[in-house]
Amino acid sequence: MEQAVEQRAVPSLPRLGMPAPPFQAETTHGTIRLEDFKGSWLILFSHPADFTPVCTTEFLAFAQIAPELKKRNVELMGLSIDSTYSHIAWVRNIEEKFKVKIPFPVIADLNKEVAGLYGMIMPGESKTETSRCVFLIDPNGIVRAMIYYPLTTGRNMDEILRVIDALQTTDKHGVATPANWRPGDKVIVPAPKTAEAAEERVKAGYECTDWYFCKREVPK
Amino acid sequence: MACINVDGTLVASARKLLLTMLEPITVEEAAKRAELPLFRVRASLREFLQAGFVSEAKGSYVLTDAGRARLAGRG
Repeated sequence: MEQAVEQRAVPSLPRLGMPAPPFQAETTHGTIRLEDFKGSWLILFSHPADFTPVCTTEFLAFAQIAPELKKRNVELMGLSIDSTYSHIAWVRNIEEKFKVKIPFPVIADLNKEVAGLYGMIMPGESKTETSRCVFLIDPNGIVRAMIYYPLTTGRNMDEILRVIDALQTTDKHGVATPANWRPGDKVIVPAPKTAEAAEERVKAGYECTDWYFCKREVPK
Repeated sequence: MACINVDGTLVASARKLLLTMLEPITVEEAAKRAELPLFRVRASLREFLQAGFVSEAKGSYVLTDAGRARLAGRG
């Protein structure tokens, strides 16, 4: 018996170092395209649902770090599988109850189009809600970092800011950043790729523990 | 359309942005003058172009007669 083979186009999920999937979406700030953020960093994040407590704490926290992000040329955009009306009502409720204005747009992804493109729905957790995903997209539209949190765990804004600082330091100085790095800490000089470069590295005046492990300072 | 209220008037941010376009202006300069993020300006410009409120030439945007009329509350 001939077996029918169902063929479905499987979208390629975002990958680090690759262009972020383009989209056009309805938001609380009107119709926005990914390309509108060209020239700025973008933190695209999803939350499970409007009018839920953990998500509310996260929106308050994102609003709180928004000025710091602005200084770093970073924009924010939220997303959930809710309507624009729900988003507007929730954002207004946050302003009324918590006295905090939400300054960033929120995508109303009722048809799950953007959530699907970015793999924000984790069917093992929920088939109807997006998990707490964070995509850091650089000014050229390249995905530079992805962080996923489960439905039950609110995000750490310090870490999101830290990753932005680390990525921008990497881009500016051509270096890497060690574990738990914070702005002002020494950075890692990328390991040399040849024996000759290794020889030269230890004489180059860096703070080296060995030829592959050298640090240096960068302006904060 | 996000830039126009149901009564046909412009929302505040759209008015502020259109006012920067009395003379030809780049997206970046308009964003600076209107104190709006670049993404908001780009999204609004799409609507303005579609509505015929502005025209684009060589990367600069300027109000059309329809745009001026709308700003004056006549459009």
